[in-house]
Amino acid sequence: MNDYILQMKNISKSFPGVKALDKVSLNIRPGTVHALMGENGAGKSTLMKCLFGIYKMDEGEIIFDGQPVHIKDTNDALHRGIAMVHQELQPILERSIAENIFCGRYPLKKFGPISIVDHAKMYQETEKLLKEVKLNFNPRIKLGNLSVSQMQSVEIAKAVSVNAKVVIMDEPTSSLTENEVEGLFDIIADLKSKGVSIIYISHKMEEILKISDEVSIMRDGTYVGTWKASELTTDLIISKMVGRELTNRFPKRENVPGEVVLEVKNFTSINPKSFKDCSFNLRKGEILGIGGLVGAQRTELVEAIFGVRHTVSGEVIYQGKKLKIKRPRDAIKNGIALLTEDRRATGIFGVLSISDNVGIASLDKYLDYNFVLNNRKLESLVNDNVKKMSIKTPNNKTQIQTLSGGNQQKVIIARWLANDPNILILDEPTRGIDVGAKYEIYTIIAELAKAGKSIVMISSELPELMGMSDRIMVMCEGRISGFVDSQDATQENIMELATKYM
Amino acid sequence: MNTKKLDFKKIDNVLNFMGNNAIVILLALVVIFVSITKKGFFTESNFQNIAINVAPRYLIALGVSGALITKGTDLSAGRLVGLGAVLASTLLQSSTYSNRMWQSLPELPIVAVLLIVVLVCALFGLLNGLVISYLNVPPFLATLGMQTIVYGINLVYSKAEPIGGLRDDYKAIATGGYGIFKNLFIIAIIVGLIFWFLYNKTRYGKYMYAIGGNEHAAEVSGVNTVFTKLKIYALAGTMYGLAGFLLASKAGGASVNLGLGYELEAIAACTIGGVSTSGGVGKVQGILVGVLVFELMKTSMQYLQINTSYQYIVQGIVIIVAVAIDIRKYTKKK
Repeated sequence: MNDYILQMKNISKSFPGVKALDKVSLNIRPGTVHALMGENGAGKSTLMKCLFGIYKMDEGEIIFDGQPVHIKDTNDALHRGIAMVHQELQPILERSIAENIFCGRYPLKKFGPISIVDHAKMYQETEKLLKEVKLNFNPRIKLGNLSVSQMQSVEIAKAVSVNAKVVIMDEPTSSLTENEVEGLFDIIADLKSKGVSIIYISHKMEEILKISDEVSIMRDGTYVGTWKASELTTDLIISKMVGRELTNRFPKRENVPGEVVLEVKNFTSINPKSFKDCSFNLRKGEILGIGGLVGAQRTELVEAIFGVRHTVSGEVIYQGKKLKIKRPRDAIKNGIALLTEDRRATGIFGVLSISDNVGIASLDKYLDYNFVLNNRKLESLVNDNVKKMSIKTPNNKTQIQTLSGGNQQKVIIARWLANDPNILILDEPTRGIDVGAKYEIYTIIAELAKAGKSIVMISSELPELMGMSDRIMVMCEGRISGFVDSQDATQENIMELATKYM
Repeated sequence: MNTKKLDFKKIDNVLNFMGNNAIVILLALVVIFVSITKKGFFTESNFQNIAINVAPRYLIALGVSGALITKGTDLSAGRLVGLGAVLASTLLQSSTYSNRMWQSLPELPIVAVLLIVVLVCALFGLLNGLVISYLNVPPFLATLGMQTIVYGINLVYSKAEPIGGLRDDYKAIATGGYGIFKNLFIIAIIVGLIFWFLYNKTRYGKYMYAIGGNEHAAEVSGVNTVFTKLKIYALAGTMYGLAGFLLASKAGGASVNLGLGYELEAIAACTIGGVSTSGGVGKVQGILVGVLVFELMKTSMQYLQINTSYQYIVQGIVIIVAVAIDIRKYTKKK
């Protein structure tokens, strides 16, 4: 018989400007939890999206249940028994739980010559499925009424409903509380006992070592290897993931924090579920990290400071002067810059050139007669910054969307540097970019701080947070739960603060 | 071996280019065919005719282009052209004309009337912008509503009667010119240059493209998106007013139905000319090509003696194909 339920052989996949997967292989045994690890941008999610039919792989072979298969799309994957619980859930909030589970494959009944949806059967089945994942809900209620963890359970119920043989879970615990994580592990154990294999993607070492049977590691789009979980330790995993000594993961920082330049006082969101009464200080030349779990409202807080979101209270005092920031351009005028979290949604202008992407925030400074753009001066500014950031591009007319994620990020950093801000707020500055570009961005951050700029950096990666910050502010459930100096910071004390109010 | 590979790449590029410009190429072939086979097509008078027809349509297309580039649209264009034409005509009727609308109106200077017309249409455009920016009504619906409102206003104002008896000096604007260049043609060229300047050399243009490229990112980058959109829709209104003013002069009169469907022609011309419906892309010169192509297509069909009813069908097909090609360019394959 076959040892493996699923074999992925020599999978390659390229995106414009970046090879995301280079001959990656993965073998999954039936009835096991198989952890897939690697840094952000290592290609884990891409590999899984190829398996689940979201992406088409360029080359490679998938053997599922002993048969070579060609997975056309997600529906095909589901029919074959491959299900995925997404990193970013994509539920239809306005429809019922039952409809979310059976969307696209509703049970039908004949009504004379036509087929209609068999609602009674759908609700009945849903009720059964929900019991399996220990949810006690009426299948008719809107999905939007559930919490994130409950929605996740619904996704798992969906996987169960297709009799999936392989369930992919992409960072399922990133937005769960400890209790909820325990609940999830119970469900996983249950699935395992039924012979279902789980491919489990996570960054959390303890979790991985606790629940997985085997661990495969990827790095920069390549396959590093597979080990029994019992043979691994956290340090071993990290060194295999990073592939080099940990000591030079971050550049040397020579910045010296000076006097307080920015005071943020009593920020409270207009949304009662968001941040409440947040106050902190920022020093000249300081790198202040902001840590916390997904959903801790860190992004919401910094966006409110920058004027993107609405508040009921809050003051920003810059060098003793109270700033009136109602919208982003007020913040920009006062020398504040914000690198947003979601590059694609709020950062890049995809179809526009690098020049336009860099110049957009500084046009006011390059006007003749207060009206006509001085394109020559503007272009030299762009050139300077493209060089400073060492952005890899054929020329400045290139559309930004053809660049790799790391280069896109550098273009947006260049946009802000062109404006010469004193305070830079960076929201997940290295998300989804490759290791090399990460290091370059760390270097830029360190140099800026050394030059006396003040930096606020949100990061969900603890090593990055600890390696780059002078001071770490931790948020939990919309509140600031504490500050840790970087020399005293450990994964444990940060996580403790991050779950303080849960 | 190596050279062969290179050749394939070249062929690929050529095919791609032809695919992306299929409509322009196809119509160029039709125009060549018509000018060879039909007498009278390749003549100065026909070209002058085409130029005069293209001019007001180019103005309207330029007006719509700002809305399209910012991922919006402006369906009120045609009706505003109609309102502009009727308004201009009623204010520039000859004092000896018996059916004059404003019997006691003195002879106004033409420039004053032009300013009034342009201002009124700009105000309606501004209203579009306000509804879109402040009430967040999708441009499609906001301007669809405005289309009907403007038509209604025009019906009330004109009492649904055709306006004739225009002053000779007003009619002379359309017929006059310098040598072979008619005034309409010259005005269109000047406005085209102004738009090129606005789109390429000012913050307004950069902000417009940025909003089309990614409105959220524009807002976060400090772009005043609301104000920019207000300007875009008001400027569009200005263009409709100007076009209406010129069209009435050219036709020697106006009625409420003048301008009917012009917005669709303008949107089609923009799309053929490379203004992307996905936003952020579009050039002033491309729009000119688009309008020219559309007009040449209509003229060629007339010369080929294709029944006008069929002409509508062909125009509709061209619009759909143009958008399909545009979308194909911008949808990335996964």
